[in-house]
Amino acid sequence: MNIPQELRYTKEHEWVRVEGNEAVVGITDYAQGELGDVIFVELPAPGSTASQAKGFGTIDAVKTVSDLFAPLSGEVVAVNTELKDNPALVNQSPYAKGWMVRLRVANPKELDSLLSAEAYQKHLGAHA
Amino acid sequence: MLDTTTALKRTPFYPRHIASGAKMVPFAGHEMPIQYEGILAEHRTVRTGVGVFDVSHMGEIRLAGAGAAAYADRLVTNEVGSIPDGKVVYTPMCTESGGIIDDLLVYALGADRLLVVNAANFEKDLAWIRKNAPAGVQVVDENAETAQLAVQGPKAEAVVARLYGDRATALGFYEAFHEGEGESWTLVSRTGYTGEDGFEVYVRAPRALALWDRIFEAGAGEGIRPIGLGARDTLRLEMGYCLYGNDIDESTHPLEAGLAWTVRLEKPDFIGRDAIRKAKEAGVGRKLLGLVLEGDRIARAGTEVVAGGKPAGRVTSGSMGISVGKPVAMAYLSGESAKPGARVDVVTRGEPTPALVSARPMYRQGTVRSPKPRRAE
Repeated sequence: MNIPQELRYTKEHEWVRVEGNEAVVGITDYAQGELGDVIFVELPAPGSTASQAKGFGTIDAVKTVSDLFAPLSGEVVAVNTELKDNPALVNQSPYAKGWMVRLRVANPKELDSLLSAEAYQKHLGAHA
Repeated sequence: MLDTTTALKRTPFYPRHIASGAKMVPFAGHEMPIQYEGILAEHRTVRTGVGVFDVSHMGEIRLAGAGAAAYADRLVTNEVGSIPDGKVVYTPMCTESGGIIDDLLVYALGADRLLVVNAANFEKDLAWIRKNAPAGVQVVDENAETAQLAVQGPKAEAVVARLYGDRATALGFYEAFHEGEGESWTLVSRTGYTGEDGFEVYVRAPRALALWDRIFEAGAGEGIRPIGLGARDTLRLEMGYCLYGNDIDESTHPLEAGLAWTVRLEKPDFIGRDAIRKAKEAGVGRKLLGLVLEGDRIARAGTEVVAGGKPAGRVTSGSMGISVGKPVAMAYLSGESAKPGARVDVVTRGEPTPALVSARPMYRQGTVRSPKPRRAE
């Protein structure tokens, strides 16, 4: 199971990479494996506002659909438009080419609520 | 506390699933492979090459003794009494009120009839079949001792030919041969649930692993791969084949499910005949049809279908039509919407997605459509 040290995580299996006052969001290797082949990703419109823990997208896999929750509040500054034509990037490269949303972080204090790689690993252990 | 993991049954192929990297899930009381490398790749393997499904969870019930064929004919809606040895028939089995108890395959094995039923319905079916059995007909549960592999795809014939030669390649669609007794008993039929040419091979459990190994060895040159239940569902869905529990159940009758071709109302008698005849005379109010969606969202089972803002029906199965290239679904539709070519909206997550009502199958390039595919040169 790939859980990069430098990222932060949510219990809902999103990852967050903080870059200055922005945050890049995607789903974890564990999440893509559980979903199976992703065939459609519906993402929020750039310019819209995300609220922490609220749904702001959906991920359709062959067998199931899953909500994408905003790990942080803030304005959506960009989404990964490549996923429109190639949703399999979520499976192939969950932490890089399969990124989903870039947010402008509205409330840096919310970062404290995210999990470290160790804490996420522990969370997965409790799952299994 | 009930430990559900130990209560699940394993098929004889379990060690091969694990060795092949399967993701195992509970399914109808069994621990079954949902996927190996991924549903998309497995689906395409079956459409273009050859794949192997473990379908040992399916239930086998043999009717034997004098009157077995006549009793089988009374149990189901299709003609299975007078069929010759080696003929296979797909048929619903109905209640007195015409509701579908199960859909199954009936094999004529000499004077016996072998019924192959859905795993989730096995106990219910067995009880029903025992309850209605006349004196002299033996109802034999062969489920535990029988293992089954489905070898499916345009290259399936080449693989099966290496194991069974002309006996297999000479089979027409829905024909079977059987050989051997006791532990060496084998049944091979040209049947499947994928829309491609293919075979289903039944052996006794002690010989199951050897069968798996022989098939994979024979298919190595064809790129043979194991296929999970996930792709089994996407393959059958775009063919418009019914899945019991989704598209048909005891609240649906065969005519509205588009299975009129499996109902022989002219037979002297069968359970449910009067009710189905009455339903036919009254007119079929809703029909199970295909949907091809525009856009990328998938319509899952239970999704509402509307036409001109008014309710038109409900989705019973939906997924990506991997070979169709668009999301597909099946739905019971009524009124003006219940015909191919009608335009409807499928309401996914509160938003209408346009869809075209389609005859089944939605995928029409499958090799199964030719009754006896040409042999490879």
